[in-house]
Amino acid sequence: MIELVAKRAGMAAITLFGVAVVVFVLLRVAPGDPIAMMIGPGATAEDIVRLRASYGLDQSLFNQFWIWLGSLVQGDFGTSISRRVGVGQLLLERLPATIELAIMALLVAIVLGGFIAIIGTLWRRHWSVGAVDGVNGLLLAIPEFVWALALVLVLGVALPVLPLSGRINPSLPTDFKTGFYLLEALLTLRFDLALDLARHMAMPVLALALPLAGIIARVLREALGEAMMQDYVTLARVKGMSELRLILSEAMRNAVGPTLALTGVQFTFLIGGTVIVEKIFSYPGLGNMAIDAVINRDFPLIQGLVLMFGVIFILINLIVDFAVVAFNPRLRHG
Amino acid sequence: MVDTSLAQTPHRSWQPALRAALGDPKVLVGGGFIAFLIVLALGADLLAPHDPLAQDLMLGSLPPVGMAGAEPGYWLGTDDLGRDVLSRFIHGTRTALTVAFIAATIAAVVGTFVGLLAGYFGGWVDAVVSRLIEIWMAFPAVLLSILIVAILGSGVHSVIFAIAIIDWTRFARVVRAETMAQRQTDYVTAGQVLGFSRLGILAGEILPNVLWVVLGLFTLELGLAVVIEAILSFVGLSVSSDTPTWGGMIAQGRGIIYQAWWVFALPLAGLLATVLAFNQLGAGLRRSLDPVMQR
Amino acid sequence: MSPLLSIDNLSAVSRRDGKPILRNVSLHVDSGTIHGLVGESGAGKSTISKIILGIVSGGVVVTSGSVMLGANDLVRMPEREKRVLIGSQMALIPQDPLTALNPGRRIGDQLTDSLRMWKGMGHKAAWARGLELLDHVAIRDPQRVMGLFPHHLSGGMRQRVLIAAAFAIEPKLLIADEPTTALDATVQKQVLQLLKRLQAEHGTAVVFVTHDLGVVAQICDAVTLLFQGKVMEQGTAETIFNTPSHAYTRALLAASPRYDDPAAGLNPIDDAVIAACRAEVAQFDGAQHA
Ligand SMILES: Nc1ncnc2c1ncn2[C@@H]1O[C@H](COP(=O)(O)OP(=O)(O)O)[C@@H](O)[C@H]1O
Ligand SMILES: [Mg+2]
Repeated sequence: MIELVAKRAGMAAITLFGVAVVVFVLLRVAPGDPIAMMIGPGATAEDIVRLRASYGLDQSLFNQFWIWLGSLVQGDFGTSISRRVGVGQLLLERLPATIELAIMALLVAIVLGGFIAIIGTLWRRHWSVGAVDGVNGLLLAIPEFVWALALVLVLGVALPVLPLSGRINPSLPTDFKTGFYLLEALLTLRFDLALDLARHMAMPVLALALPLAGIIARVLREALGEAMMQDYVTLARVKGMSELRLILSEAMRNAVGPTLALTGVQFTFLIGGTVIVEKIFSYPGLGNMAIDAVINRDFPLIQGLVLMFGVIFILINLIVDFAVVAFNPRLRHG
Repeated sequence: MVDTSLAQTPHRSWQPALRAALGDPKVLVGGGFIAFLIVLALGADLLAPHDPLAQDLMLGSLPPVGMAGAEPGYWLGTDDLGRDVLSRFIHGTRTALTVAFIAATIAAVVGTFVGLLAGYFGGWVDAVVSRLIEIWMAFPAVLLSILIVAILGSGVHSVIFAIAIIDWTRFARVVRAETMAQRQTDYVTAGQVLGFSRLGILAGEILPNVLWVVLGLFTLELGLAVVIEAILSFVGLSVSSDTPTWGGMIAQGRGIIYQAWWVFALPLAGLLATVLAFNQLGAGLRRSLDPVMQR
Repeated sequence: MSPLLSIDNLSAVSRRDGKPILRNVSLHVDSGTIHGLVGESGAGKSTISKIILGIVSGGVVVTSGSVMLGANDLVRMPEREKRVLIGSQMALIPQDPLTALNPGRRIGDQLTDSLRMWKGMGHKAAWARGLELLDHVAIRDPQRVMGLFPHHLSGGMRQRVLIAAAFAIEPKLLIADEPTTALDATVQKQVLQLLKRLQAEHGTAVVFVTHDLGVVAQICDAVTLLFQGKVMEQGTAETIFNTPSHAYTRALLAASPRYDDPAAGLNPIDDAVIAACRAEVAQFDGAQHA
């Protein structure tokens, strides 16, 4: 167990290092003076010389890399060109909104995907399973960008039941102490705020959740179908368990493990999808900021965002690895 | 002595494969729609009823024919600047398909080449390529595309480059595995014994058999590329704004969605149909070609 | 007194090709007795067991006949009622103890399922009863075993757990489908004795599926011999072993390791006997079609 943790953590560190190398190299090959990109406009020539020295740009590329890495480790991400604010601060401001969005989407995807998988397994010998296949196929085929736009048209405009953009109605008090608005509103029992936040999140969450739900449904259905053919399910059936109970209490626990591993990878894709979905719904998270950063060619901010996303991806993979172990009694109680 | 008849490559003959594919309803429906789009793209100048760029503020925000206030000739209405929505959509098809075909082709050629090398030579070549693919896939695609477009600047070339550079691994991985499987087969071994050059075997024996797999992947890749192009043109990072694109129309339509929802709805419907069509075509091809591939 | 389980004229075919799997099988099991169901692999033993237990796969279609448990016809009962009836009055001891326990659930939970479902016991009461049950099948340290997962136990231990689970609700009818085939010889013997002991204590009726006549001789009261889904001979164990009337029975007896003298040599089943059995089956099929 401890060996496994150490191994995974080591691999995560290596991947993170690889991401840092890629970012470093890509930003060095980008046209333009890296120093000019690292600092805000309006810096004096003196500033540039000072910075050049502090970044060690007169040194070899190899040394430059270590100096650059050192400043990152100390939390120095530079200053955003377009926003004139420290990149670290900007990232921390926007991170909670994206985390709330992604986790809500994950939960919705799990519930919806699980529901479809259970119905599909329950009906697996019946012709009506065709309807489940059809829904599942649509979820798998349509990407979040298209879902998001379709939701705008249907739920935002045609039947205007949900707000089209933003995170919260600006006329509501937003004296939140943390960036996790929804969580905070729920914990402080301000349900009117929570409801408004949820209504704003509904469409982006759905757009992100639907493709993942399709994948979860497909993988889980396959794993459930496999489990339902095992001897222990037959024995449980003889004990008189209903088909639904067989799925939920016998097959599910053995199907979750294999599904989890894949869900983890796909969850990282979901987080990648927040970039465009946040943009479509003007949701103030990291992804929305990423697109603006690219349009403004705000390289310090881009660098910070890419590294931040890299860390998130690697953390998710790490968590999934451990979750898979936790769901396998063989590994857990070796 | 080696029986030279063994060296005959069992090329999967195109005819039965094609017949199987054309008999598949998914291929017919998906492929039919794609063929329709290709006709639109190629014949855009002839087919579009109006100049997609011609503005006429007197004819702004006209609804599609059949709704109150519609103007005959403007079948699917106009945008707020009075430009014909249908004509812009048809010209947008051209951008979407051009980008998709070029990007997917580059990704397929590069990925297939790398995959063939890794799968055929094995050893350190394979080790290097496999590690490279692993690191590549660990890097989130969206971020990579953003980085690339950020560095190269916006524009259609950056978009094509971004798509190809992200997705070549899809081809490389599958082709590598397929090549490894092919390498074990009798006719390749026989070819080696007969002294065919390594490149000769790669190009003459293995490639034709791997192409079937590449074809299926290529179809799916086209669908992905159309969406990525739409995303990048939606946020204004694709072609310049005077070239009509689906993503650009959607972004514009999003701004005037309450006055002229059709500017938003038509390209969205087109995008949705295209994604589903490529999906069906890919699924149908895989299904109908698979038994051929088993031979 | 009427038998507990009455199977009458049961026929089944394969859905795929319509090939007969069971041919007019009739079989009666009295309360408190063990009925041996004997035949080579593919004879249809498991199919009969599965039809009784309502777990026959979609590949098998029952074409005629009835399976009565008391006054209830299991073939024609509504699904829901059948599930309750089978769950509360029957139990199965499966062939392979390695796959018959859920790898993701604790032994204690799997052991006490039916107690909670059919005996109205709460979790606590069921758990206490589970400890007794494990103790009764001679598992040491039941307290600890209840909390373990299946992969911690050996095959023999798992089969004891499965036997304990089967007897938990004191079923009227127990189906044991080759319960010792997957175990090695010494364990096999212990498990058989255990089964026999519990059966006698509870007065349970058992359908005991096996291809091993030696095992039948040790524990069965009555025997049915199947060949290609057709009953070849049927009777009390005494009759079958002492005065077998069918050539197939005699050939099987000759081919079995002697239960009273395991050292005696084996005789392969005579090809002529097999041919005669095939002819009998073919004749039966012909008569059905006519
Ligand atoms: N699901 C099924 N579909 C079709 N045929 C089956 C199925 N299960 C069993 N059979 C057929 O039924 C016959 C009897 O099988 P089975 O009852 O398992 O025999 P036994 O348990 O005596 O070895 C075999 O010929 C087998 O091929
Ligand atoms: Mg059997």
